[in-house]
Amino acid sequence: MLQDMPLLSLAIWVPIVAGLLVLATGSDRHAPVARVLALVGSILGFVVTLPLYAGYDPAAHGFQFGELKPWIETFNINYHLGIDGISLLLILLNSFTTVLVIIAGWEVIRERVAQYMAAFLFLSGVMNGVFAALDAMLFYVFFEATLIPMFIIIGVWGGPNRVYAALKFFLYTLMGSLLTLVALIYLYNVSGGSFALADLYRLPLTLASQVAIFIAFFLAFAVKVPMWPVHTWLPDAHVEAPTGGSVVLAAIMLKLGGYGFIRLSLPIVPDASQYLAGFVIALSLIAVVYIGLVALVQSDMKKLIAYSSIAHMGFVTLGLFIFNAQGLEGAVIQMISHGFVSGALFLCVGVLYDRLHSRQIADYGGVVNRMPVFAALFMLFAMANSGLPGTSGFVGEFIVILGAMKVNFWYAFAAGWTLIFGAAYTLWMYKRVIFGGVANTHVAELKDINLREFLVLGLLAVVVLYMGLYPNPFAEVLHVPVNDILTHVMQGKIPAAQ
Amino acid sequence: MQYILPLWPAYPELFLLLMVCVILVADLFVSDENRIVTYALTQATLIGCAILTYLTATGEPVYTFSGMFVDDLMSDVLKLMTYLGTVVVLVYSRTYLATRDLFRGEFFVLVLFAILGMLIMISANHMLTLYLGLELMSLALYASVALRRDSPVATEAAMKYFVLGALSSGMLLYGMSMIYGATGTLEITRIAETIAEGAATDFVLIFGLVFVVAGIGFKLGAVPFHMWIPDVYQGAPTPVTLIVSSAPKFAAFAFIMRLLGQALGAEQLVAEWQQMLVVMAVLSLVVGNITAIAQTNLKRMLAYSTISHMGFVLLGVLAGDIVGYSAGMFYIVVYVLMNIGTFGMILLLSRAGFEAENIDDFKGLNQRSPWYAFMMLLLMFSMTGIPPTVGFYAKLAVLQAVLDAGYLWLAVLAVMMSLVGAFYYLRIVKVMYFDPPVDGSPLTAREDARMLMSVNGLAVLALGILPQPLMALCLYSIRASLQ
Repeated sequence: MLQDMPLLSLAIWVPIVAGLLVLATGSDRHAPVARVLALVGSILGFVVTLPLYAGYDPAAHGFQFGELKPWIETFNINYHLGIDGISLLLILLNSFTTVLVIIAGWEVIRERVAQYMAAFLFLSGVMNGVFAALDAMLFYVFFEATLIPMFIIIGVWGGPNRVYAALKFFLYTLMGSLLTLVALIYLYNVSGGSFALADLYRLPLTLASQVAIFIAFFLAFAVKVPMWPVHTWLPDAHVEAPTGGSVVLAAIMLKLGGYGFIRLSLPIVPDASQYLAGFVIALSLIAVVYIGLVALVQSDMKKLIAYSSIAHMGFVTLGLFIFNAQGLEGAVIQMISHGFVSGALFLCVGVLYDRLHSRQIADYGGVVNRMPVFAALFMLFAMANSGLPGTSGFVGEFIVILGAMKVNFWYAFAAGWTLIFGAAYTLWMYKRVIFGGVANTHVAELKDINLREFLVLGLLAVVVLYMGLYPNPFAEVLHVPVNDILTHVMQGKIPAAQ
Repeated sequence: MQYILPLWPAYPELFLLLMVCVILVADLFVSDENRIVTYALTQATLIGCAILTYLTATGEPVYTFSGMFVDDLMSDVLKLMTYLGTVVVLVYSRTYLATRDLFRGEFFVLVLFAILGMLIMISANHMLTLYLGLELMSLALYASVALRRDSPVATEAAMKYFVLGALSSGMLLYGMSMIYGATGTLEITRIAETIAEGAATDFVLIFGLVFVVAGIGFKLGAVPFHMWIPDVYQGAPTPVTLIVSSAPKFAAFAFIMRLLGQALGAEQLVAEWQQMLVVMAVLSLVVGNITAIAQTNLKRMLAYSTISHMGFVLLGVLAGDIVGYSAGMFYIVVYVLMNIGTFGMILLLSRAGFEAENIDDFKGLNQRSPWYAFMMLLLMFSMTGIPPTVGFYAKLAVLQAVLDAGYLWLAVLAVMMSLVGAFYYLRIVKVMYFDPPVDGSPLTAREDARMLMSVNGLAVLALGILPQPLMALCLYSIRASLQ
């Protein structure tokens, strides 16, 4: 019965329709209605994704919960949805995070509440669409549509330099993805008129055209991930975005890049992916090591976490391009874990920012004396961010390093530095903010987290611990799709010489 | 059953001509406070034309006036779009005209004459009919640009428009005469036949082609024939800008189709004009987009953005096959829809003594009126080409045609230029959403204009979610009309 319901369509459209309803409440006089409606909508959006996990068959090959309807017949574009284990986890992460973000913005957002809530609901639906699309053009449409709500979120509710950050975010990511559009249309023309991913996976391509397409894809996804050296939009966007915006940006939007590599780059241009793997791995390792050092010297907490995100996402791209099961599986687990951990860290900074209106580490000190509960939770997330065993952060990094070791000792060696740098910058920040004597009178007036904040952080803490101690429920849905992708990539698709 | 001279394919044009004469006379007997009668008559005329066009549509090309006039599916679709666009434009313009003492019979008569010219252009199957329609349309538009005769900007714009228009008409006639010399006929379908038979003198034909393409470039407003566009768009009263920038684009597209698609669509000639269109398209994309960045006047910015959009239309056309033409047609329909919405928004925000034509006049619109700010947001993202708005699919269709024709570098250039375009469209969104309002007064537009504005904005979104019907219509009508 579950297989018959259009569950994926529900996962996409429930948040969007909820967003429309929220938007219809209009002005801030009805803000309480908008908040409740948004919460109900986001919870509903999360609930409709649960049967996906329950009904998912981890042993089956191929995509599940398929939906196929003709959409634009002129270009043979179909509304084709379906998921494998990788997209399943990302959809769950996305819908779960949306609920938290709505709660986190409850009292904090006072202006244009309905628009704020609606933007996040739209974003959630559209990103589920990216993860569920099996038609390349449908994927692209959803992928691009995410820009509009995020642009508005950063620009309207952001910090002092929000206009610059919003424009940079939009133009930077648009620049990356435009060539992907050209590449997709090129593929459509050479495949004889199909945007279906399954057809593109089968399409034989010469190495030269594969490399060109790979570069076009790479620009889009590398900007989104973001990889060094096209990461510069991220610190700006993160610092200026409101807390909710930073959470969604770090927890889910960055994953669109990693997911794009898995869904488009690797299977459509497998030979180019292998051919250029060394290049991507080099960039990933630079991100891990160099950006780790950059994070160390940040004085702004949000910027520090933003750089730490880039370093952690370097692990993801490293895992994707070492082409073994551990690497790929570790990369996906790292994406999910990073979604929870970085989201939680941004929420923690948000908690402090709401009270003191400062993100500077120097403005804090001795917070533990006033906010013990908060300090405990923050500690857990800081540990998870530095990859402590028993937290979710450890699992992905460990598996990726394991995979890298099989390929090349030096890859693993370089990647291993993250365990040191990660611990150094996270814990050093934690020490300066939380421990020590009460730094100033503002800190002395701090109140500990309220029930709403406790709920949000507590939920995340449970997930982070659960995933760290017992990652199997997450890992088991990944085995089959990861192996299928690897088999496909290893086969290659260069046409035999004429 | 074939009459010697079947008039019915031209019923919409004949009806329109009759009604223009009626309105011209009737308006003399209408006092200023009852000018609404003229307005209502004009709208009723357009609706009547639409009904007649619909009723006389057969789906097959029907020729009349000894082959000088054709009624085919493409002409029917374009004519219906023309009426629809003009009806919407008139609704948007009403308050603006009334508060500026322009709500007069002359305006409506000039608009209807311009429409008549467009209809004739759209249905022309003969170089002379084409030219006749073009001149009728242009003369009416020159006069309407100068309607506010005490405004120096408007008169300068009209003067520039007239001089450059006359020059381009001259070039066009010269080109047509050469084509006549080469093929011995002015009838479009016969020209194509003569060329197909190999009976044309190639050298003279190509010479004529160059002049014809230059004329097309002028009418469309493609670089390097774009000089009139910014001045006319900025100088003319906003309703006239709206008229100039909407329906005539359909006529210009039909003009291209008749000349390049039908008369000179033979394979060896496509290769010739393709090169010229490539140059014009590239220049339009680059000059239009880059110059638009520097503008502070919204109307002028939109003028440059129009130039870049016309570059995209040319990209579709230069593919030189059915797919490319229908991509161009789809693009032009979508462009007019967005354009009417954007200028409509300027009209909606303007009031007595306030033009709302600077970008800064849109500051904080989201706080003054969230709904219309949202409509404008949709329009701007559609102009940029971001899904899920319809502007994206227009670009998609054109890029597909260009890539299919083997112009990878053109497609890459086009997407890079649309990135440049994103910057200035986003600036509008930025001032609406991120900046505080300077002027907190509520909107004063009439209810019907507001309703239509909402429909217009939502159409951009709705067609973006379900673009198939419109795309199929364009493809089908081009296919049925250009064998």
